[in-house]
Amino acid sequence: MTEWSIIWEARDAFLSGVLSTLLLFVLSVLAAFLIGCVTVYLLEARNLLSRALRIGIDLMRMLPFLILAYLLYYGLPTLGLKPSAWGAGLVALAIYHGAYFAEILRGARIVMPLGQIEAAKAHGFRPGRLYWRIILPQLVIRTRPLLGNQLIYALKDTAFLTIITVQELTAAANSVQATYFIPTEAFVVVIALYWAISICLELALKWAGRFGAKRGFEHV
Amino acid sequence: MNGQAWLLLFEGAWTTLWISSVAIAIGVVLGLGIALLRMTRIPFLEQLLVLYVSLARATPVVTLVLFIFLSAPTFGVAMDRNSAAILALTLNTAAFNAEIWRSAFISFSREQKEAALACGMTNFTFFRRIMLPQMITSSLPGLVNEMSFLIKSSPAIAVIGIVDLTRVTNRISAVTYEPLPPILAAALLYMLIIGVLLKLQAIAEKKANRLAM
Repeated sequence: MTEWSIIWEARDAFLSGVLSTLLLFVLSVLAAFLIGCVTVYLLEARNLLSRALRIGIDLMRMLPFLILAYLLYYGLPTLGLKPSAWGAGLVALAIYHGAYFAEILRGARIVMPLGQIEAAKAHGFRPGRLYWRIILPQLVIRTRPLLGNQLIYALKDTAFLTIITVQELTAAANSVQATYFIPTEAFVVVIALYWAISICLELALKWAGRFGAKRGFEHV
Repeated sequence: MNGQAWLLLFEGAWTTLWISSVAIAIGVVLGLGIALLRMTRIPFLEQLLVLYVSLARATPVVTLVLFIFLSAPTFGVAMDRNSAAILALTLNTAAFNAEIWRSAFISFSREQKEAALACGMTNFTFFRRIMLPQMITSSLPGLVNEMSFLIKSSPAIAVIGIVDLTRVTNRISAVTYEPLPPILAAALLYMLIIGVLLKLQAIAEKKANRLAM
C-alpha cells in the first residue's frame, strides 16, 4: 500500500491539476459556446462573411485538435506574437469547439420550421432580437444532447494540451509518476478524476433534459 | 520546406495511417463483440462492460496512451511504443463502436426476426444472413464518423514518442527553425485523410437512407 500513500502525499499536485483542467475547460467551453452562437447568427445573413465562416467550420471539422494547438503555440511566434502555452491552449480549445458548437446549432437551424420566424417578423422583431430571443433558445434546448456530448469531447481535448507543456491533470500525473516511479497508481487516479468530471457533466445533461421536457421539447 | 521535409511528413502520415487503420480494424470487430455480449445480458459481465464503455468514453486518449505505455512494465508486460499506441486507440474506439452497434441491435425490427424464425431459420443463420447485413448498412455512417474521430485523436500517440504526422513537424522545425510551414503541410495532409472519410460517410449515409425507405 506504500504506493497509494505516496499518491496521497502528492495530492496537492493532483488537486492543482484538476483545478487547472477545470479552469481551462470552463473558460474555453464558455468562450466556445459564445463563438458558436455568434457564428450561427452571422450565418443567418448570406454574404461573404458567412461563406468564409462556413469554410472555417469545415476546416476545423477536418483538423485534429492538436494541430490547431500547434499552429497557435509554435506557429504564431513566426508572426511576431508569443502566446504562453496556457493562453494558446485556451484559445485553441475555444476556436475548435466553437466551430463544432456552430455546426451542431446550424444543423438544428436548417430544420427549424419557418412559421415562428415569420410570426416574429410580423410582430416587428429585428434580426438580432429575433435570433437571440426566438431562434437561439430553441436551438440550444433542441440540441442539448449533442452539445453535452461536445462538452465531454472538450474535456478530453484538454488532455492534449499536456503535449504543448500546459500544466493540467494529465501533466500532473506524468510528473508524479516521473518523480516516484508509480505510473499505474498515478494514472488510475487521474482516469478516475476524468471519469468523475464526465459523470457530473452527464448528470447535468440529464437535469437539462428534464428542463427541456418541462418546456415541451421531449421529442428530440 | 524541401523534398527531405516532405519525405519526413509522408513518413509521419504513413505512421499515423497504419496505426490508426489497425486500431480501426480491431476496434470495429471488438465493438461488435462487446455489443453482442451486452445483448446476451450475462449478469456480472454486462455491468463490467457498461463500466468499461463508460470509462473508455470519459478517458482522454493522451492519458490512456501514457497509462498503458508507462504501466505495462509494472505488470510484467514488455510493450513497445507502437503496440501501446494501437492498444490505447483500440480500447478507446471499441467503446464508441460498441454503442453504435448496440443502437443498431436495439432498433432492429422484431417482425423480421419472427418471419425468419417462422421460415425455420436457426438463430445463427438469422443473425448472419438477415440481421448482420442490415446492421452493417445502418451503422456504417456512425462507424465511419467514429473513424474520423479516431484519426483526429491519433496525435495523442505522439506523447510517448511515436513520430506521427503531428510529431514530425517538431522534427522538421528543429532543423529549419521555421515551424509554420511543416505544421500547415501536416494540417493539409490531415484534411486530405479526414476529407476522404467525410466523403465516405456521406456515401454510407445515402446507402443507409435507401435501406430505411
